[in-house]
Amino acid sequence: MNPHLHSLEAEAIHVIREVAAERERPLLLYSIGKDSAVLLHLARKAFAPAALPFPLLHIDTTWKFREMIEFREQVVRRQWGLDLIVHTNTAAAAQGITPFTHGSTTYTDVMKTEALKQALSAYRCDAAFGGARRDEEKSRAKERVVSVRDAHHRWDPKRQRPEIWNLYNTQVRPGESVRVFPLSNWTELDVWSYIEHESIPIVPLYFAKARPMVERDGVLLMVDDERMPLRDGEQVKERVVRFRTLGCYPLTGAVLSQATTVAAIIDELRQARVSERQGRVIDHDRSASMEEKKRDGYF
Amino acid sequence: MAGDLLKLLTCGSVDDGKSTLIGRLLMDAGLVPDDQLDTLVLDSRRHGTMGDEIDPALLTDGLKAEREQGITIDVAYRYFSTPRRSFIIADTPGHEQYTRNMVSGASTCDLAVLLVDARHGLRAQTRRHAAIASLLGIRHLVLAVNKMDLVEFQQSVYDTLCAEFRGFATKLTVGDVQCVPLAARAGDNVVRRSAAMPWYQGSTLMHLLETVQVATGRNTIDLRLPVQLVCRPDDGFRGYQGTVRSGTLRVGEDVVALPSGVTSRVRAITGTQGAITAASVEDVVTVELETEVDISRGDIIVHVRNRPRVTNRVEAMVLWMGEAPLLPAQRYLVKHLTTTVGATAIGIDYRLNVHDLRREPASSLAMNEFGRVQMECDAPLTWDPYERNRATGAFIVIDRLTFDTVGAGMIIDRLPESSESSLGPALKGGVRPLTIWLTGLSGSGKSSIADVVDARLREVGVPCIVLDGDVMRTGLNSDLSFSAEDRRENVRRNAEVAKLFNTAGFVVLVPVISPYAADRARARAIVGEPFREVWVDAPLAVCEDRDVKGLYKRARSGAVSNFTGVSAPYEPPSEPDLVVNTATNSLDVSAAQVLALVSP
Repeated sequence: MNPHLHSLEAEAIHVIREVAAERERPLLLYSIGKDSAVLLHLARKAFAPAALPFPLLHIDTTWKFREMIEFREQVVRRQWGLDLIVHTNTAAAAQGITPFTHGSTTYTDVMKTEALKQALSAYRCDAAFGGARRDEEKSRAKERVVSVRDAHHRWDPKRQRPEIWNLYNTQVRPGESVRVFPLSNWTELDVWSYIEHESIPIVPLYFAKARPMVERDGVLLMVDDERMPLRDGEQVKERVVRFRTLGCYPLTGAVLSQATTVAAIIDELRQARVSERQGRVIDHDRSASMEEKKRDGYF
Repeated sequence: MAGDLLKLLTCGSVDDGKSTLIGRLLMDAGLVPDDQLDTLVLDSRRHGTMGDEIDPALLTDGLKAEREQGITIDVAYRYFSTPRRSFIIADTPGHEQYTRNMVSGASTCDLAVLLVDARHGLRAQTRRHAAIASLLGIRHLVLAVNKMDLVEFQQSVYDTLCAEFRGFATKLTVGDVQCVPLAARAGDNVVRRSAAMPWYQGSTLMHLLETVQVATGRNTIDLRLPVQLVCRPDDGFRGYQGTVRSGTLRVGEDVVALPSGVTSRVRAITGTQGAITAASVEDVVTVELETEVDISRGDIIVHVRNRPRVTNRVEAMVLWMGEAPLLPAQRYLVKHLTTTVGATAIGIDYRLNVHDLRREPASSLAMNEFGRVQMECDAPLTWDPYERNRATGAFIVIDRLTFDTVGAGMIIDRLPESSESSLGPALKGGVRPLTIWLTGLSGSGKSSIADVVDARLREVGVPCIVLDGDVMRTGLNSDLSFSAEDRRENVRRNAEVAKLFNTAGFVVLVPVISPYAADRARARAIVGEPFREVWVDAPLAVCEDRDVKGLYKRARSGAVSNFTGVSAPYEPPSEPDLVVNTATNSLDVSAAQVLALVSP
C-alpha cells in the first residue's frame, strides 16, 4: 500500500476506535455505496478479532436500486451476519411521496432526512459514523471529522468546535449527538485505490454493463423497475453505463463507460474531467444546496 | 500515484487573496473538473468581484455566509495530487477572531504559506500567523507576496518585504523561510513562471511546494502507544488496540504501561495487513503481551528504559478558544491522548503577545490569546514536551458544561514545582530545581564557588548537589579523554545526570571546563529550563599563576596534552546568564552572585 493510503487508513481506524470507546450508542450509517463499503471495511478491521460492536443503519427510501438491496441482504446480512437496522419513513411512503410526484427537494427531505432523524432518535444514537468525504462538495470541505448535532440533529456551521491535532472531542450534552466522518480526508481516487488494494466487495452497479436507460434533462437514468414513469417521447435504450455514486435510482445519473474492473475505473478516474457528484440530481437545485440540507440534518 | 504527502496551511489577511491563490493553484495545475468550472463561471457572475472574469476564490469559499461577506470564516480542506506529491491544503481564515479556526487547520501541518498584499506590506496579522505557526511546531514558512501586479511588479517592493519578514522570523523557532512574488489573480509565479518579473530567479510556488524537503514532526525515537481499546472477543484473547504515536514497537521487547506501571513483554503485533514484527509511527495495531496484565484505556505502552513524564501538574503554552475567558481556579476537562480528566488552571505565568512576542502579565486569557498556564489535573498525565513529541505533548481543554473545545495546550519541558507525582519534593522558600552550569578555565574558581553555594543552600535545607568535572571524570566519565569528541561526551553525560537530579528536586551545580560553546548549548537543550550558564571568568595568566593542581606547569612542559587555554581552545560564552570575575572579586562575592540565581 502506498504511504499516503496507509496513513489515511490509520487515521480512519484511529477515529473509529476513539469514538467507539467514548460514546455509548454509536451506529454506522450504511448507504450500500462504495464509501460505505470502505467505511464498513475499516470499522471491521478496527475491532478485529472482535466483532463490530455497533449496528449498521440503512435508510431505505424504497427507491434504491434493486441491486443495492440485494447486496445489502445477501452480503451484509447473510454472508457477514452483521447487525443491520433498516428504516423507512413508512408514514410518508404511505402518503405516496415519490421523487416523481413531489420533486427531488421535498422527497429527499422527507424520505431521507426525516427518516434518518426518526431512526437516530428511535435508536437513541449518540454517534453516527458516515462515509462523507471533504472533497465531495464545498460545504463538506469545512466540516469537522467529529461534528456535533443538536437535539434536532441540526448542524450549525458557525458553532463548529475547533478540531486540533488528532484529539477528537466526542463529548455531548444529553440529546445531542456527533456525526463522525472517518473518511474526511479521502478523495474519490483514494477510495477506489483502497477498494482495489483490499479487494472490498461492492455493488455491481459500479461496473459498466448494458442497462435499460433513458436520457432526461441531460442525465442518464436507469429504468430499474416499472414504477418509473416515462415522459412523452422518452425511449428506454440499452446503454453500457456505470454509476459513480449510488442513491435512489430516479435521482442518480449514470456515466457512459466501459470499465468493468476496479483497475479500469481508476484509469478512467485519472482521465476524468467531471466531479463525481455531477450525476446527482439533488445537488444542483442551487449552488449552496448541500449546505442547507446538512444544516437540516441530511448526511 | 504521487509519492509522499505534504500538509500545508495557507493564511493571510482577508483580502490578501488567499482563496484566489488556492483556486488559481488548482486551476492552473489542471485539477478543477469541468462541471466545477461551469459552476464557477455561474457563481463568478453572481458573487464574483472580478466582473465577467472567472473569480478563482469562489472555488474554495464554501459556506454561504462566506460567499455573501466575501471572507473565509472556517478552515476548508483541499486535496490534490501532482505527479510528484499529494497535498492537503488547510485554507484558514485571516481574521483575529477566527484564530481558533486557523489553529484547527495548522495543528497537523508541516508548512505554512503566509500571504501578504504587496501594496500593504507586512501587517500585524502576518506576524501573528507566523508566530502561531511557529508555536505549533511548523518549521517551514513561505511568504507569498501577492498582488505584485498592483505595484507594477517592482523588485524593490518585494525585496523590502522579504527582508522585513526574514528579520521577524529570526525571533521564531522556524527552520526554513522562503519568499515568492505572485500575482495570483492572473497566475504569475503560481504554477506558471511570470514574464512580468524576470528579476525573480527562484521557484514558482507550485514548484517550491512540490520539492521542499519537509522536516516532519515525527518522533521515531520514543515509543508511545496510547491504548484506545482493550479487545477481548473471548476468554482466550486479549489485545490492546491503539495508534503508535511515536517510536517503534517490536515483538519481544520489554514494555511498561503508564501510569499503571505494569510491565510485560510483547508477544505479537497485528497491523492492518496482518501480523507484523515491528510497528512504527502512525501504525494502528493490536498488541498481545506475554503475561495477563491489567491495562486499560488511558494507559500508554512505552519501552521500559524510555519513559515519559508522569505528573498531575503540567505547564503549557495554551491557546484559548472559549468565549468565556480562561480563569485561574476554574474547573475544566483536559483530553490528552486517550485520557480525559478533570483539571484546574492554577496559574497564568504570562500572556504572549503574538504580534511582537512580548510577555505580558495576565490574570485571564481571552479568546484567541496565548499564555503560559499551569494546569493541575485530577489524575496524572503521561507526557513528553511538545517540542520533542507533538502527540504526547498536546492536549485540548473542554468546557465542563457545554463540552465545547475551549483550549489547546502544548506542554513545556519543565516539571512544575510541587507536582504531586513528580519524584522530588518542593524546595524550601519556593526555590525551584535548576541547573547552574559553571564554565571557565582550569583554576578559574568554578569548583570553589560551587562548594560555597552548595553549603549555603544546604544550610537552609535546599537539596543540592555538585557534579564536579574532576570528580565525575574519576567515576562515570573515567573512560573519557580530553579530545574534543570525548569532551563533548563528558558534557553530555554531566547534563543528563544534572537533568535527573533536577527531576528529583535538586538544585544542581556543574563546575566543568566545558570549553566548546556548542557542547554547552547541547547541555542546555538536554537539561531544559531552568538552566543558567555562568562564565567564571579569570584571565589565563591569573589561572596559570594560581595553578592549584600544578596542571598548567605540566601542560607547558608537554606532559599533559589537550589542555584548555594552553594546547586546546576555550570558547567564552557569548550570552551567559551571569559572568563572575574571580580575578577582581572575592570568593564570597562571586558565590553570592551565583546564589542570587537560585532565589525565586
